[in-house]
Amino acid sequence: MRFVETVWLVTRKDLLIEARSKEILYTTLFFAVSCVLVFAFGFVREGRPLGDAAAGILWIAIAFSGTLALGRAFERERQSETLRALMMSPIDRPALYVGKLCGVLILLAAVELIVVPLVGLMFQAPLFAHPVLMIGLLLTGTVGFAAVGTLFAAMLVRARSRDVLLPVLLYPITIPVIIAGVRGTAALLQAEVDEPMARAWLSMLVFFDVVFVTLALWTFEPVMTE
Amino acid sequence: MLNEGLSARSPKPKAKMNRLYPLLLLVAAAMFAYAPFMILAAPYESTMGLIQKIFYFHAPVAMTMFVSAFVCGIASAIFLFGGRLGADRVAMAAAELTSILGLIVLVTGPMWARKAWGVWWQWDARLTSTLVLWLIFQAYLLLRRFGGPGSDRLAAGVALFGMANVPFVYWSVNVWRTVHPTTTVVPSLQPGMRGPFWYCFLAFVLLYVSVLGVRTRLEKRRAELEALYLAVEE
Repeated sequence: MRFVETVWLVTRKDLLIEARSKEILYTTLFFAVSCVLVFAFGFVREGRPLGDAAAGILWIAIAFSGTLALGRAFERERQSETLRALMMSPIDRPALYVGKLCGVLILLAAVELIVVPLVGLMFQAPLFAHPVLMIGLLLTGTVGFAAVGTLFAAMLVRARSRDVLLPVLLYPITIPVIIAGVRGTAALLQAEVDEPMARAWLSMLVFFDVVFVTLALWTFEPVMTE
Repeated sequence: MLNEGLSARSPKPKAKMNRLYPLLLLVAAAMFAYAPFMILAAPYESTMGLIQKIFYFHAPVAMTMFVSAFVCGIASAIFLFGGRLGADRVAMAAAELTSILGLIVLVTGPMWARKAWGVWWQWDARLTSTLVLWLIFQAYLLLRRFGGPGSDRLAAGVALFGMANVPFVYWSVNVWRTVHPTTTVVPSLQPGMRGPFWYCFLAFVLLYVSVLGVRTRLEKRRAELEALYLAVEE
């Protein structure tokens, strides 16, 4: 019970700060929308999007804006050494990690709420034809990306050149998430919908999430101890 | 820091191990000198001809690279959870070697692919997972080089995640692109090819072990020197 309580307290703290400034939400959202626009100029020919462009653009936008949000969320913790204060408080380290992860996830969910319909609209992609599978892919993909990202962003708070190191570390490790997200979404968007394929990618993402959340919970304490 | 530097003086058995590395290097060098003759004597592959000979270096290096990646991951886990500084040095040496071996694999691979498949690169599971693994170890080295103080622990976390990531990358790329022409080469080798192949593999493993040992020792000496500098300054 204490665990859940701690998680809620940490998440609520993050959401409260964000609700007051709305800095990360607005900047990340604007960044994601500009990302989609920039890709639209690259992948739309004569008014029609190229083959699988929509799925790829959606996930690249999520990955890029996710990196931005993660970096900003922990930069905020660094500025007045509040992360150190959190680490010094007598709470479970895994609970702290899960709390931060939930905060990032809620933020990314808010971004996706805008970006997904936008991609559907701009690229004439039927993203809501299979809502359950689509939401499953988005949810598991975002959890996988944010699980690795939260750990790396948290540990990079102490490092030099952290802004550039976060994407450098995060993208190679999250390649399976990107592949699974893009291919799963593409399977739902193509002319003949390939539901078994989408389900296979979804189960891969669930498996990835389980392994990497477990690993992150396990490594968070030794990595964060100075 | 000072205590660590002083207490880390090599005990006797370690010194014996250290003398073993030059010997291993010599054996590996002799094996490499003889390797071209063995490769030349191996039978010609009927469809690919001469270019297939690159296989005797390409595949053993790739296998050694994966071994090295796992050495780095396991050593990082020991460092992270056991707090053993020696394990961190092994992990760092293994990461550097993984990076070099990976470079060899990524250079010899496309050379072979250009002749055998007609393209320099294919997005198949083995190629892509090798590239991703190599990228992860580049990220590891970048973090250690530019991460500042305390980056050894962070790098250990990255190595652990990188190791866990390999099966996922392999599986996902395998489903994404299932166009690999050679799935199980090594078990189906012709008898005449098997000898040189395992010979080269052994040579690379010997080279790997000795360079890993020497590099780890160098890192240890560097840490000792740093501790002594700090002690003098105080």
